[in-house]
Amino acid sequence: MKFALSSPQGRPLVRAMTLAGPAYMWLLLAVFLPLSVMLFYSFMSDVPTSGGNWSLTFQNYLTFLDEPLYRKLMVRSLGLSAQVTLICTVLGFPCAYMLAKVIRGRSREALFLLIILPFWSNGLVRIFSWNMVLRSGGVVDWVLNHLWPWPVDTDLMFSYPAIVIGLVHSYLPYAVLTAYLSLQAIDDSLIEAARSMGAGRLTILRRLILPLAMPGMLAGAVLTFVPVVGAFMEPRLLGGRKGTFIGTVIEDQFVAVFNWPLGAALSFTLLALVLAILFIGMRLSRRKDK
Amino acid sequence: MKQHNTAGPLELDSLAISTAPHTPSRRPWSVGAALGAIGYGYVVVVIGFLYLPILVMALMSANASPLYELPFHFTVHWYQALADDGVLKAAAFRSIEIALWTTLLSTILGVMASLAFFRYDFAGKRFLQAMLFPPMAIPWLITGTAMLIFFFAIGIGRGLHAILLGHVALALPYVIIVVGARLRTFSPELELAARSLGASGWQITWRVTLPAIAPGVVAGALFGFAVSFDQFVVSYFLSDPGETTLPVEIYSAIRKGFTPEINAISTIIIVVSMGTMLIVSRLYRFGGEQ
Repeated sequence: MKFALSSPQGRPLVRAMTLAGPAYMWLLLAVFLPLSVMLFYSFMSDVPTSGGNWSLTFQNYLTFLDEPLYRKLMVRSLGLSAQVTLICTVLGFPCAYMLAKVIRGRSREALFLLIILPFWSNGLVRIFSWNMVLRSGGVVDWVLNHLWPWPVDTDLMFSYPAIVIGLVHSYLPYAVLTAYLSLQAIDDSLIEAARSMGAGRLTILRRLILPLAMPGMLAGAVLTFVPVVGAFMEPRLLGGRKGTFIGTVIEDQFVAVFNWPLGAALSFTLLALVLAILFIGMRLSRRKDK
Repeated sequence: MKQHNTAGPLELDSLAISTAPHTPSRRPWSVGAALGAIGYGYVVVVIGFLYLPILVMALMSANASPLYELPFHFTVHWYQALADDGVLKAAAFRSIEIALWTTLLSTILGVMASLAFFRYDFAGKRFLQAMLFPPMAIPWLITGTAMLIFFFAIGIGRGLHAILLGHVALALPYVIIVVGARLRTFSPELELAARSLGASGWQITWRVTLPAIAPGVVAGALFGFAVSFDQFVVSYFLSDPGETTLPVEIYSAIRKGFTPEINAISTIIIVVSMGTMLIVSRLYRFGGEQ
């Protein structure tokens, strides 16, 4: 039930835009124009600021298609992202279920807060903190050596598993939060009704809870998948030399190699993939909604 | 699994009894209790996983050995070293300054935009609302590199101006979501009533609407602060080597081979961010009890 507060003067759109205009101007300057200019750059043969001649070309995109390394890294990044998303969803759901449907009252509130809090602390610092757990001589190593009768050398640092652990740690709260919100929206009386009709636990879970929670979990999965595809800091800090992904290659183009047009083209290829995945995700969750 | 629920509608409970009088006796209930205990334990394990590296880092920041060797010997040496570290201190103050400016600007712009969407209805509203969220949906790597290209092209270049421009854009959608959620609990009739009593547009905003949504505005502002203070990726691409924010400074210290001082500053950051979000959660419940 919205209505124009001062309908006599001016159309609602005009009045709304005088209020929201500054926000859009800011986003135009800081997000939309930059993306447009980057799209333009991705078709350039050279950076104009370097003073050389430049022309419009598809070469940067062709480089991506010709160079098997870039394709391989793109697939590797998508694979990592899918893996992290899957682990987060599977680990997060039971936790969200407990919080939404089993645990009640003050302890629910406290536990929920404990799970969400780390998400709002510095991501870089949280990734870095795994160093002291995973490295040789770190906590995992120390504990294993004290439990196991013979010396073992566990150095998980700078490996693919280390990257996965760090990323799961970063995004697990997101998965719990989104699953929790959709589980909480399920009316308890529906579950009671199913139980009174004789449905077993597994049937209720499979036929009632999972389908109803699916849209929210899909949203959570998308929100994990998208940032992980472009991750570069996490693979660098936890993967070392094994941490080469499309994100780190794009970063290199901008801070080390200074091939901005190629970096722009790789960014846009990644963005196109991400938008396609977002679109499919939205579609799936909307269909499940009905 | 919620046999202790006393809040369920009475009619339904009696209905359940009348339609299923032959429910099997005590046994499945004890299975439920066992599952509940396992689930509870699982939630605790998840929380342990989330906090393990953070606690280890905090512990190591007060451990005498610079190589993180156990057993643990308490020291405040690294915190003292931090107090003498001019570079990290300067970066910390810069981060706080940028976060405060981001908070101010994103809150003003965000509240204005939220009010616009609350008060007015017009064609294309859904599209315009959707256009506020690309900063959340696009990987920061892409937004950050696009900003770098654009700010160079128009002469702003890298540095604190560029970082502030970027941070406000990233924080805006969060502020709008939080303030918008609060506005949904505010009834538009109150604004109409104030108007019919002769209040001007400004008076309505300042003396009726804003006081009513104040907790949402404060929560939105704190979100804005957290987004800016924790931001690494965009700051990383936009910062001048000599003059950067704390996370970027920490990142380069880690990559150079870090010192335990980094643990100390990281621990402080975690405590500050979590403290901020703890305050937010008091003001704005993330789906706790409704």
